[in-house]
Amino acid sequence: MKSFLRIIPLVSLLFTPFAVSAEDAPKDVPRELRWAAAVDSNAPFAFYDARNKLTGFEYEIITAIARHMGRDPKFIQNSWDGLIPGLGRGLYDCVICGIEITAEKGQEVLFSDPYYITFEQLVVAKGTPAVTSLPELSGRKVGTLEQTAALRMLESVPNVQVKSYAEEINAYNDVANGRLYGVLLDYPIAKYYAAPNPELEFTGPPFGKITYGIAVSRSRPELVQQINAALSEMVASGELRDILSRWGLWTPTMADALHQQVEPSLPDTEYRAFAAQFEEHQGGILGRLRKYAAYWPVILQGCVLTLEISVLSMILAIAFGFLLALVRVYGPFPLKPLSILYIEVVRGTPLLVQLLILFYGLPHVGIKLTPFLAGMLGLGLNYAAYEAENYRAGLLAIPKGQMEAARALGMTHRQGLRHVVVPQAFRLVLPPVTNDFISLLKDSSLVSAVTLIDLTGAYTRIATQTFDYFGPGLLIAAIYLLIGLPFVRLTGWLEKSLSTDRRPPDQKPSFWLGLGA
Amino acid sequence: MSEEPIVRVRDLRKSYGDAQILKGVGFEMEEGDLVSIIGPSGCGKSTLLRCLNALEIMDSGTVSMAGVTLRRSEGERRVDPRFHDLAHELRQRVGMVFQQFNLFPNKTILENVVLAPLVVNGEPREVAESNGLRQLEKVGLGGFAKRYPAQLSGGQQQRAAIARALAMNPKVMLYDEPTSALDPMLVDEVLAVMKALDEEGMTQIVVTHEIRFAREASDYIIFMEGGEIVEISDEDEIFNNPKDERTRRFLHRFA
Repeated sequence: MKSFLRIIPLVSLLFTPFAVSAEDAPKDVPRELRWAAAVDSNAPFAFYDARNKLTGFEYEIITAIARHMGRDPKFIQNSWDGLIPGLGRGLYDCVICGIEITAEKGQEVLFSDPYYITFEQLVVAKGTPAVTSLPELSGRKVGTLEQTAALRMLESVPNVQVKSYAEEINAYNDVANGRLYGVLLDYPIAKYYAAPNPELEFTGPPFGKITYGIAVSRSRPELVQQINAALSEMVASGELRDILSRWGLWTPTMADALHQQVEPSLPDTEYRAFAAQFEEHQGGILGRLRKYAAYWPVILQGCVLTLEISVLSMILAIAFGFLLALVRVYGPFPLKPLSILYIEVVRGTPLLVQLLILFYGLPHVGIKLTPFLAGMLGLGLNYAAYEAENYRAGLLAIPKGQMEAARALGMTHRQGLRHVVVPQAFRLVLPPVTNDFISLLKDSSLVSAVTLIDLTGAYTRIATQTFDYFGPGLLIAAIYLLIGLPFVRLTGWLEKSLSTDRRPPDQKPSFWLGLGA
Repeated sequence: MSEEPIVRVRDLRKSYGDAQILKGVGFEMEEGDLVSIIGPSGCGKSTLLRCLNALEIMDSGTVSMAGVTLRRSEGERRVDPRFHDLAHELRQRVGMVFQQFNLFPNKTILENVVLAPLVVNGEPREVAESNGLRQLEKVGLGGFAKRYPAQLSGGQQQRAAIARALAMNPKVMLYDEPTSALDPMLVDEVLAVMKALDEEGMTQIVVTHEIRFAREASDYIIFMEGGEIVEISDEDEIFNNPKDERTRRFLHRFA
């Protein structure tokens, strides 16, 4: 999640992306143009639409560039902070993701010629007196996004109270809610997220000049030349103007820079389609529901991922936690303190930090995990510590006489554990383990920190595309509740089936009986 | 083995920290004997029984039972792994019944009985089950095989525990206050099972407070106090003519 990782620049400095490994990228066969973007950034750059299809004006531009170069475009997903480091590691050929060409970034990467030139647009609530220069904002609260040119611009204006946001939609909402005086952001963002909102309006002249360029590794100047050649062809043929026109991004600034006509060459169909979503959802509850329903592929995908990762990590947690507990209770000298150490360290540190270390930290010692594996291991290894303590409590709760009876019957300690103590402990710990699974199901939302789009990731995506955090929030919360319920039922039933010694003879528990209990 | 006594205990010592629980205990038994160990609470009789099958590890002494000899010499600090192996061997030949029954609550009575034959002896399930059912019949629980322990009375549970021990074909049976946790009404059904086993020639050692049972059923009685055997004698002798003053005082309370 781009916005999330912006909060932790330290980690971002250390990090590598793992959507693909460097090995499956033969450098000598340039049949593909592997391009990367953080697609959890939003419209209109490169993003997944409601049907979960990749689209956006940058997507179209890079696709066209690849065609001009005679290569197949191959998209590689990465998080915002990993885009530039990934170039250095050869994970892909280029990055196109609204990256502003600056001298500072020029130290790290090579930039193509600009494919888009724009400016910062000030947005205020409807009816606010016009603002003609930034110093007029003195004493006002103004919002923008973290790590953006607009942020630097605002910070250089004396007396402006700058509030930086992770998601543009939240910033614009705060203008509408009266929490902010205005928001300064790149024109395309303002166009897509503020212009359709009747409560907001554009004000003031274009501030500053921002040029977006395609970033390429410093070691590949020849690739920059090829991209530039493709870009010039697109400019000359009018293809670039067509794309920008359809996306409603053909501005006088652009026309001026390319010495082409100010009028768009095509109607802004893509923009209208996007803005139409916004208008629809003004249309009452039914309209909203229809709108969310359109996102079912994203939601379904998120559901599946959340379930997959929760179930797999719970299996890992149960198995490994069981081992830890056995070692902690019965283990020999060097293993026992190790198990205690593991449990204490893992329980004593935040799950989020553990996930980030697994995903972003381990590559420094040569271990690259896919996001899924990192998420699953992180959750599983973390919960193993809690499960271990559950089992330990369970093992200790079994009366000593049980093991003595087993041994008196000629069983070894191990046989006694396996056939007598553990089965009883297992039944005893079912309620806390169920509890932990529900908890894990919810904690799995943290895996969006390692670029996975789970249910929570789906929520953010829908919210940022529908300008609405409320409805989708309730919807996603309801889904979490729903997918957790069957597991509660299942364990409740299992618990009843296993508690044979407390049940009158010959009464089989019903799976649904637990509902009332 | 026929020449050897089936149980021989010599100079058995056990301490917990500074507290000497067993101060050098010894006795012998012939095959088929039933011996009761009586004495006031804290005299070390339960510890003695638990040392016999090494649920507690003695500090020093010798225990020979059913052809296995456990030995530890004085000052031996670490327990020889060989000792554990032998103790494991011994426990397969010696059954034990506990005051609190210690049945496995998650298993049916039959499952309780067949578990050790299946796990320890690797018997096929059909063999273990038909043998197990026979043991349950023997203790009068033929119709209770599918019940869970919690569905049985205390006396039934203790009989099931005896059947469970018998399923391993022990040469010696140890009982640690087998009727102390039972309602007075239920004591007799358990004692009856033990008497029946005595008639079949089972060698049994019973730590008990049931003086009447000790008197009726025992071949001889061991009276313990303060970690020592104060008196070993045949039942009539110990009751009619106790040699030791302490025995006399103890028995007086039951008169």
